[in-house]
Amino acid sequence: MSSRSFAIGLGSTPKRVLPGFGLSLGISLTFVSLMLLLPMTGLFGQLAGLSLAEYWAIITNERVVASYVVTIGAAAVAAIVNAAFGLLLAWVLVRYTFPGKRLLDALMDLPFALPTAVAGITLATLYSSNGWMGQLLEPLGLQVAYTWVGIALAMSFTSIPFVVRTVQPVLEDMPNEMDEAALTLGASDFTGFRRVILPHLWPALVTGTGLAFVRSLGEFGAIIFIAGNMPYETEITALMIFVRLQEYDYAGASAIASVVLFVSLALLLAINIWQGRFIKRLHGGHG
Amino acid sequence: MSIRLHEIGKHFGRTQALEPIDLDITEGELVGLLGPSGSGKTTLLRIIAGLETADNVAGARILFGERDVTHLHVRDRRIGFVFQHYALFRHMTVFDNVAFGLTVMPRKSRPSSGEIRSRVHRLLEMVKLEHMAHRYPAQLSGGQQQRVSLARALALRPDVLLLDEPFGALDAKVRQELRRWLRHLHDELNFTSLFVTHDQEEALELSDRVVVMSNGRIEQIDTPDELYRHPANRFVFEFLGDVNHLEGTVRNGVLTCGDARLAVDLADGPEELLLRPHELELAPSATQHAHLPVCVTAISPVGAEVRVELEADWLGEPWLATVSHADYERLHLTRGTRLYAAPRRWHRFPDERSKQAASTLEAVS
Repeated sequence: MSSRSFAIGLGSTPKRVLPGFGLSLGISLTFVSLMLLLPMTGLFGQLAGLSLAEYWAIITNERVVASYVVTIGAAAVAAIVNAAFGLLLAWVLVRYTFPGKRLLDALMDLPFALPTAVAGITLATLYSSNGWMGQLLEPLGLQVAYTWVGIALAMSFTSIPFVVRTVQPVLEDMPNEMDEAALTLGASDFTGFRRVILPHLWPALVTGTGLAFVRSLGEFGAIIFIAGNMPYETEITALMIFVRLQEYDYAGASAIASVVLFVSLALLLAINIWQGRFIKRLHGGHG
Repeated sequence: MSIRLHEIGKHFGRTQALEPIDLDITEGELVGLLGPSGSGKTTLLRIIAGLETADNVAGARILFGERDVTHLHVRDRRIGFVFQHYALFRHMTVFDNVAFGLTVMPRKSRPSSGEIRSRVHRLLEMVKLEHMAHRYPAQLSGGQQQRVSLARALALRPDVLLLDEPFGALDAKVRQELRRWLRHLHDELNFTSLFVTHDQEEALELSDRVVVMSNGRIEQIDTPDELYRHPANRFVFEFLGDVNHLEGTVRNGVLTCGDARLAVDLADGPEELLLRPHELELAPSATQHAHLPVCVTAISPVGAEVRVELEADWLGEPWLATVSHADYERLHLTRGTRLYAAPRRWHRFPDERSKQAASTLEAVS
């Protein structure tokens, strides 16, 4: 009798066999609150001091808008370049065996391991007009350092692992038989790739590219050394935030940061929803 | 279309996966490649398909009819290939999977989309899946997926159909069903087909002829009936069914092994005899010619016959005997029953390497 009333007291929750649900969920939520939600609340707390008109004025400031264009443009270029080369790298790492494969595989994580400022300084010295690469490229009329090309380069350096590491496991799971089947049915190598392999990798590739893009939007350390930071030309949005902070204009910094945050979140959410539908179809849902 | 192989061998690095093999398959035949894993049967099938290349030696030839396909790319060989794990394109519907081969044809020779649609529907009808056309592979059962993969392979009207363990990933009942269905389909459409299996029952039931392979070598090519009755060597005999061993020494026409005795018509010396489970008779007393005392240790009364496991201290490995349900009841068999076995016939393969004809003798009774 008492056990029954106890069950009713808990609502209709069926008794779980695996232990620790309450504890582990509780810890997870606490962690998420402390690490993610608290800083975000702080950000919006800063915004509370602004009126809507002030907020709008800050985020549509001419110089800030120019920085959006530079950041999004460079991030888009970096993401597209990474999509192509990341796919190729993942392909090479999964489909072939060659000496030094392990090393190349480990090298993929280097951008994660390296402090971004170190990467930024290295890139800037390499590509400045008297650096190794800069010396070679300058006579060809190709200026990398202190232009948006340099920004895109730094972005693609820091975000390439996102593409490789999302595509790689999917490619590993894809049986060779699938492209063999396409070949036995008379498909050319290119058709086989376009109609069988690419559609299979598509969700992972889009996710990886999306993550790389979002990462590039927020990148700061690797870029500012190579960007040159000329107003209206090579200033990125993260720099605009940094400048506001240096001037102790926390509200202004938060306003611009909130724009970056919304764009990133919206993009990630869209990718997640789209990918969920695609994957459901592969695994037997009615998508 | 007939398939002829001449001197087809394969090395992977320094290991020889396939000794140079000659094989002729006539038009319209359904041939099974049977062997344990590592026997080279899948390698051979993949070489015929063009998914693997044979060792490049002067005499190596693969002919489909009169067409020499030795150096042809897989996409130009006009084969249909069915994979063990179906290898369906998971992001395409059943319809698109079957239509794939037709839609990737060069624009000049490609049928119109209406024609493709009607051909795919005819194929889906043939494999009884027309109502599943718009499902995705993940929504089908294993047997249905394998039927889709078969329809896909047949869509281009291939010269030969090659199947790599087509039923290996399916459960026993579906496997039976599909096997019979494939046999019917083959008799109806009369394509030449070659399939790989490690299941002797499947090979014997389905094939016109069976190629038995081991260690990259062809051991025997024969009809299922011939294969079972006249195995060329010990490997084939042992691979095609359960085998009981009797090892002992022959002296004066009597083979002795512990307290077991069997009258045999053989010269003196050590001997090993092989017996099929259904060739053993069980009786409460020994006969004049056979004194093989055994003890029943397990009984499985499922199916047309009762399978009985026998043990004795003169036996290294337990024997298996099959008796009719009538005999089973007459003998009152239970676990622990002690009785006598008597072979109706036995086989021996004296020396593998001398290629001497094997002997199968009716036991004296």
